Amino acid sequence: MATTMVKENNSGPAQLLGPESAFERTLYPYVTGTSVVALKYKDGILMAADMAASYGSTLRYKSVERMKSIGKHSLLGASGEISDFQEILRYLDELILYDNMWDDGNSLGPKEVHSYLTRVMYNRRNKFNPLWNSLVLGGVKNGQKYLGMVSMIGVNFEDNHVATGFGNHLARPILRDEWHENLSFEDGVKLLEKCMRVLLYRDRLLWFELNSIDSVNGPLV
Amino acid sequence: MTKQQANWSPYDNNGGSCVAIAGADYCVIAADTRMSTGYSILTREYSKICKLADKSVMASSGFQADVKALQKHLAARHLIYQHQHNKQMSCPAMAQLLSNTLYYKRFFPYYAFNVLGGLDSEGKGCVYTYDAVGSYERVGYSAQGSGSTLIMPFLDNQLKSPSPLLLPAQDAVTPLSELEAVDLVKTVFASATERDIYTGDKLEIVILNADGIRHEYMELRKD
Repeated sequence: MATTMVKENNSGPAQLLGPESAFERTLYPYVTGTSVVALKYKDGILMAADMAASYGSTLRYKSVERMKSIGKHSLLGASGEISDFQEILRYLDELILYDNMWDDGNSLGPKEVHSYLTRVMYNRRNKFNPLWNSLVLGGVKNGQKYLGMVSMIGVNFEDNHVATGFGNHLARPILRDEWHENLSFEDGVKLLEKCMRVLLYRDRLLWFELNSIDSVNGPLV
Repeated sequence: MTKQQANWSPYDNNGGSCVAIAGADYCVIAADTRMSTGYSILTREYSKICKLADKSVMASSGFQADVKALQKHLAARHLIYQHQHNKQMSCPAMAQLLSNTLYYKRFFPYYAFNVLGGLDSEGKGCVYTYDAVGSYERVGYSAQGSGSTLIMPFLDNQLKSPSPLLLPAQDAVTPLSELEAVDLVKTVFASATERDIYTGDKLEIVILNADGIRHEYMELRKD
């Protein structure tokens, strides 16, 4: 148990499984991002997230990119602890690097990346040291659109529209009502803007960025 | 020094109900397709049914990540079995494997409530019902999951199984025809949907018989 400060009650770093475990585990998140909302449209995926990272109730960082493109086919959006998100990006960098090194013309698609992320999250949960994120993974490969979500304990699913955190309560109902197959790009953007506006009013969002991915252009902001 | 309490749980209940009914030469396995967390619905179209072997189909509700891991584990073991024995696993064999797999994690359980349905080596329908740590029993019918307390009594009433202690031994499988059993399953889920908030959206039914596997779907209330 490492204690660099001497405190009255000497609580020490927080531990989940008894005082004899010599290392520390994440107990609560510190710097967090809020909701990510995403939907499938005619040509691919649209994803939106704000660019803020909060430290409790303080808005600490105001231009954090919570969405990153992964490989040639996927977009990853994350809410929750930002440092854990950055670690996930490092894992994925390595994954994509090894995939490219095969140099066999094949590249990991969104389904594969989603599967990898699910296993990573689930295994960390098994070790009682979770990555404190809710991830949204979307992409297009060979014309096939894919949109999925993974929670911090490994719960995962695929759907036509997903949202994390508050977005689940505020944005999903709008999407359930107004989403349909073959949304055009403009309609999809309008729908996402509608969702983000509700989150702005009710979840104190600031400004947000929109990312889209389709079969022709690949990821673009 | 006070021990800090954990503020996250490694488990979550994603809800849903599963039912299986065994007949003389068929087996019906059914589950709803709703996946929830707390008071929210995550998705309306998630299948809880997994075909493990030609004659074994498993339906599981509970914590979805554990269910997925369990299904992957069993599918992998089945593949190894096929490589080693050059044949598919029988339903009773798969039943034992599932029980052992669950008990292996006795002290950090798979939060999965399973029913395994299929045809035994004589072609008769068989249903095995499990708890989260692997105790299992072969029965004529079973329900698991959030709606099980609503469904099981109704199945008991309609399909009353004779006691396994009776002599001469009586068949546990229902004398109902396949169509009647499917109809019963639809009725049972429509009723469970009314009162269980975690059950609804869509019903997925898998029917296993000598001719193979058949799927049927039915819409359920979405509220």
